[in-house]
Amino acid sequence: MDRARYGMVIDLERCTGCGACETACAQENNIPPSTPEEAAQGRTKSWMKILVQSEGEMPDVEVSYLPRPCMQCDNPPCTRVCPVHATYLSAETGIVGQLYGRCIGCRYCANACPYGVKYFNWQRPQWPQPMEEMLNPDVAVRYKGVIEKCTFCHHRLQLARDQAAFEGRDQVRESDYQPACSEVCPTRAITFGDLDNPLHEVHRAAQDPRAFRLMEDLGTQPKVIYLRKGK
Amino acid sequence: MSSVEQRLESLPPIRRDLLRPLVVTTATYWLALAAAFAGTVVGIACYVVQYRQGLGVTSLHNPVYWGIYIIDFVFFIGISHAGTLISAILRVSQAEWRRAITRSAEFITVLVLGFGAIQPIIDLGRPDRMLNILFFAHMRSPLLWDVVSITVYFTASTVYLYLPMLPDLAIIRDSGIKWPGLYRVLALGFPNPDDDSERARRLRHRLERVIGRMAIAVIPVAISVHTIIGFIFALTLRPGWHSTIFGPYFVVGAIYSGIAALFISMFLIRKNFHLEHYLRDIHFEYLGRLFLVMTCLWLYFTGAEYLTAFYGHEVAEMRSFWDKFTGAFAVPFWAMVATCFVIPFVLMVRRRTRTPGGCAIAGVAVVIGMWLERYNIVVVTGVNPRLEAIGHASYAPSLFEWGIALGTLSGFITVYLVAAKLFPMVSIWEVEEGLATSEAEVADRIGTYLPKEVQP
Repeated sequence: MDRARYGMVIDLERCTGCGACETACAQENNIPPSTPEEAAQGRTKSWMKILVQSEGEMPDVEVSYLPRPCMQCDNPPCTRVCPVHATYLSAETGIVGQLYGRCIGCRYCANACPYGVKYFNWQRPQWPQPMEEMLNPDVAVRYKGVIEKCTFCHHRLQLARDQAAFEGRDQVRESDYQPACSEVCPTRAITFGDLDNPLHEVHRAAQDPRAFRLMEDLGTQPKVIYLRKGK
Repeated sequence: MSSVEQRLESLPPIRRDLLRPLVVTTATYWLALAAAFAGTVVGIACYVVQYRQGLGVTSLHNPVYWGIYIIDFVFFIGISHAGTLISAILRVSQAEWRRAITRSAEFITVLVLGFGAIQPIIDLGRPDRMLNILFFAHMRSPLLWDVVSITVYFTASTVYLYLPMLPDLAIIRDSGIKWPGLYRVLALGFPNPDDDSERARRLRHRLERVIGRMAIAVIPVAISVHTIIGFIFALTLRPGWHSTIFGPYFVVGAIYSGIAALFISMFLIRKNFHLEHYLRDIHFEYLGRLFLVMTCLWLYFTGAEYLTAFYGHEVAEMRSFWDKFTGAFAVPFWAMVATCFVIPFVLMVRRRTRTPGGCAIAGVAVVIGMWLERYNIVVVTGVNPRLEAIGHASYAPSLFEWGIALGTLSGFITVYLVAAKLFPMVSIWEVEEGLATSEAEVADRIGTYLPKEVQP
């Protein structure tokens, strides 16, 4: 199996804050919608979350949006502190994975992550009636008491590999493996692929002079790269 | 007069005084035990609900992932530093006044440690998978270091409590005042201190050597325990936690709260068991001086901690800094300063208030203050994530969390009360030995401090 370093480039100039990525992510990854009570308690889950920041006073307001998936750090602070190896950095893909079946729910990783991408299941997940029968069979449903987070939809990589093997190819094509958020973004603000592969668009996009990473000075080396708003 | 009381009255006066609590039980005792037991039951009931429904019954949320359970974890393990550490330091430094106070201190350590150690398990989302910590142990996680150090500490301090109790257990066994079968097993055939045979002398000598070595061995273990608890916070990147001072700061706080708890327990034992001749004013006076040193150390570390944050003026650090000094957490923060410094300092700095009563008040203040300190560390950083866009949260513990906290405290009080009925809370043989031999020994020792050879 060939090695890859999957990463994401998000162009903030293109992002309109529409929320399509959040919705697609929830749909793809079996994230239940929050009840009003859960929302009031601060217990909503959103693997991909659009952080909103506004500057200035009305009417001269500048609003900016920052879509925030898991940063998939090359030097993740979360994997180090997990007492049971339930979160780990895959050497093969560069994706930070979660083992729901092993997690003991201590929430140390959630405290260690400076980006707040780890979500805890405070309650048993529940869907409104018809939705319960429309879950994505490729993604595990998480039970109460464990941590979950964005996985770059790595179940899609699995499908892409199967497809490639079926077609006799030894490589997964860039277009074969795209997470739900990048696939659905109407302004194509999200580019996804192998950062180390010069043939992938994401490799070129990451070289953009506008490129920066969130809280780069912490040394976490995120594989999610943002392009600063231009002008 | 019952036969037990007759047997008690026929004992020598020291043994009679110190063993009386084992056979004579007052109404106050039963009342305290009933109240503590009721509190424990409330806590257990709350936990059963939480176990079934999940951590949703707490007020925890994102990003306040940790709350009362982790605060209590740090707090109770901190209290446990009373015993073993204080007693070991006093033994190693050959402080003669330790004799009457080490036992009750060591009991605090062993009994409170378990209640501290279960807190992270109560806090787990999946307590049923607790053993994954052994099956899939990831030694790079500070939580695993903690599991190791607390296990070693619990083992070492239990042995360190039990060994010096052997001669006392032999005394109870031979006096026949209570459950002979139990004490025959517990005493492990150790000879009564009255036994003057060659074998008994050899065993006593060996016991004292082992106690001396254990006293040295438990000091680094105790220090490692609270250092690592400090590391659990300090080794994350969260503002307010990521600080090199946390290891030693936590150790100092632990010893400080430990002495505070010891004051409360010494005061209550003295008063309720009428042991004024054994736990004397001088014991409070000396321990009060040590307490004053800890008060100043606490201020020194706290000052260093906040000056570093303030002077660096990092944006993320300053959010939790101002939250404590003037913001939403100003009340718990300044209450902490009052209870951890102002009250104990004012009481301990003057000899006139370094009395048993003054020490007990200072002890209560510091126990509350050190709980608040952990609250300010865990919660204020919890509500202030480094990435500001996540938002500012708030946290007020739910009734279930308070119930479990009450149950934990009550559970500790329950077992401590039970222990006070089973074991003498002041070491009999050490007090007797002190009366018999230490006066001469100390006089000899003082002789070696002074310049004998120099002629005036």
